[in-house]
Amino acid sequence: MSNKKNSIWSFFASVKLALFVLFFLAIASVIGTVIPQNSPPEAYVQEFGANLARFFQILDIPDMYNSWWFTSLLVMLALNLTICTLERLPNVWRLVVQNNLETDLERLAKMRPSKEILTAISPEEAASRARTSLAENGWKAKEAVRDNDILLFAQKRPWSRLGVYAVHTSILVIFGGAMIGSHFGYKGSVMIPETRSADTIFSFNNEEPIKLGFEVLCKRFTLTHYANGAPKEFRSDLVILENGKEMLAKSIVVNDPLSYKGHTFYQSSYQSYKKFLVSLTDNQSKENELFLVEPGKEIKWPVADVTFGIINRDMTETPYLYKYKIWFKDSSGVAEPFWVTDGDTISVSRGGKDYTFALKEFFATGLQVTKDPGVWYVYIGCTLMLLGLMVAFFLSHQRIWIHIRKKDAGTSLLISGNTNKNRLAFEKNFDAVNRSLEDKIQAAPETA
Amino acid sequence: MTSSQLLGISTLGYLVASALYIATLIFKTKKSGVAASIVTLITFLAQTAGIGLRWYESYAMGMGHAPLSNMYESLVFFSWSIVIFYLLLELKFNNRLIGAFAIPFAFISMAYASFGSGINQEISPLIPALQSNWLIAHVITCFIGYAAFAVACGLGFMYLIKSSAEDKADTGLISTLPELRVIDDIIHKTMIFGFLWLSAGIITGAIWANSAWGTYWSWDPKETWSLITWFIYAATLHARFTRGWQGKRIAWLAIIGFVSVIFTYFGVNFLLSGLHSYGNS
Ligand code: HEM
Repeated sequence: MSNKKNSIWSFFASVKLALFVLFFLAIASVIGTVIPQNSPPEAYVQEFGANLARFFQILDIPDMYNSWWFTSLLVMLALNLTICTLERLPNVWRLVVQNNLETDLERLAKMRPSKEILTAISPEEAASRARTSLAENGWKAKEAVRDNDILLFAQKRPWSRLGVYAVHTSILVIFGGAMIGSHFGYKGSVMIPETRSADTIFSFNNEEPIKLGFEVLCKRFTLTHYANGAPKEFRSDLVILENGKEMLAKSIVVNDPLSYKGHTFYQSSYQSYKKFLVSLTDNQSKENELFLVEPGKEIKWPVADVTFGIINRDMTETPYLYKYKIWFKDSSGVAEPFWVTDGDTISVSRGGKDYTFALKEFFATGLQVTKDPGVWYVYIGCTLMLLGLMVAFFLSHQRIWIHIRKKDAGTSLLISGNTNKNRLAFEKNFDAVNRSLEDKIQAAPETA
Repeated sequence: MTSSQLLGISTLGYLVASALYIATLIFKTKKSGVAASIVTLITFLAQTAGIGLRWYESYAMGMGHAPLSNMYESLVFFSWSIVIFYLLLELKFNNRLIGAFAIPFAFISMAYASFGSGINQEISPLIPALQSNWLIAHVITCFIGYAAFAVACGLGFMYLIKSSAEDKADTGLISTLPELRVIDDIIHKTMIFGFLWLSAGIITGAIWANSAWGTYWSWDPKETWSLITWFIYAATLHARFTRGWQGKRIAWLAIIGFVSVIFTYFGVNFLLSGLHSYGNS
């Protein structure tokens, strides 16, 4: 140990350094919120002038949170935490596991709070009654004989001393998770038109294509609105395909992504083409075909001898939902138009023939794709932090010793207590224990 | 009765309660203290009903969501959190004088919500990114933390006033305040409580961001400012239990910390730009 305790070691073990690092991290973070991040270089020149802008570039301020010096501050924090923990944990661990029945008896007399009870009963009887009384108050006592005296010891939550270290460790776990994410993960995006699939996404960093190793099919994209026109929901019905086989299907919305093989697909945007998807089925022959239709253009389907087109648009009762007027003609020669609401499927009958006609506006869904193998470490770290904070703040290690010995003609019980925090609450506990102890000890001897 | 009427009454109620608490501090009259507590409690009930009714109204309007979705609603909730936190404190420490340093914050928050420029009081529909239970957890945890920090800041002022008066050996109204040692202890406990909730708030916010955008941390100004606030309180707590800082220094840090909270809450919306744009609505 001693040769490790050189000056570098003690520098990194000090809490003073922690205060400095936290302070500088706070200051640096402020800079990053005041000076816009990741704008194009010209923007800085325009806003701050050429000289200042060059200075910013030198210090990496336009991408400050990834700069060498900001990273160094975080590394300092991590080193500081690690070394401070290594320095202190062994002592704390000793406190957690030590055998308190070996405690120096002299020290017990000096402890606060402490209290002495005198009684006429024998030490053995007193010890047995004291144990019962402690047990009734939720303290499980251990016993040892020390220089002809009896020592009882009971404690609560010795492990709570480790709470602080759980908090400190959790910060390292979160850093670890973030590093795993940035080294082994990526973020990208892809735009998939309805009814099409994609097997490649484009990285945010360098626009490089990244092969997924499977395909994502967008079956359908729906957009709904509130009465005031604000978007209510973006929904994509996605299917994961491997070698043409359907592996997973899920309908995603913002805040409810789809995950498959370490990739997560988030609903992030959409694109409208002012075109329509029409699915037409001839119910007799069961022939079906999908058309991409531009309004005002005539579409021919020779298989069933059908010609149709979208000729008008109107509002429905539902705000921002439209219906479309369809001109439709088949071999029967009847060319009467009908209306169909966006997203609906209807039946059309013409001269003994039945068709199923479905129409919806054609969109592409914009997906953000993330692969982040570190996120679970980050979440584990966060959970550990919250649990650790609760333990560190609200739970204390409380200890009670009872030193029982012959004194004059009777027996003396010296009750001493100790807590590592929240003295007030402990003293209340301690008094309660004492009161019930006193009652038990001073009670008439149980009739044999 | 509509929710906006109830919330309007709450603004008035907290004004009256603030005046009563301050009067109690100055004139040392027991009766005004009791009246202050009663007015606060009744106002709090009215405000709770107002928030509940607003929630109900949003469903009646066909866009049901918890009333935590824009600046107005968050200010109302901030005020509500301060009051419930304060009432529990009053109960626990059995001291009404703290009210003079806490309830005015609740009033200011309500008044700003009601009369501040650019604050929209309408119940508006939730855009898709805000439709998340994590968001609700995020807002609630953050605001419980902020409420504790507001009260810690008020107690910081109380400490500084009392300690400067003691330096001048000027007894009188100040002598009725709790002992410095006691104020110091309550500041510390309040900050610890706030820190725990702020930590939870940052974490739930990160989880929400990850479920909406696939990034749990993007150094957006609001996120960064909440982290700055977190650093300040972490440093304050460490200064206290490892370097033994107490008293005035901690009182100042309680105030500085709360300035950072306020900047995180308002400054970022109005002075900086970022994802958390709901200050604009
Ligand atoms: C932002 C990061 C940090 C957080 C959130 C944090 C949190 C905490 C908490 C909650 C406690 C327990 C307080 C209590 O006992 O009531 C604590 C104690 C402590 N922290 Fe940190 N800490 C951080 C960074 C650091 C660093 C970098 C060091 C490096 C030296 C450090 C050293 C200590 C020490 C020595 C204690 C006292 C342990 C004891 O009571 O035995 N902390 N910290």
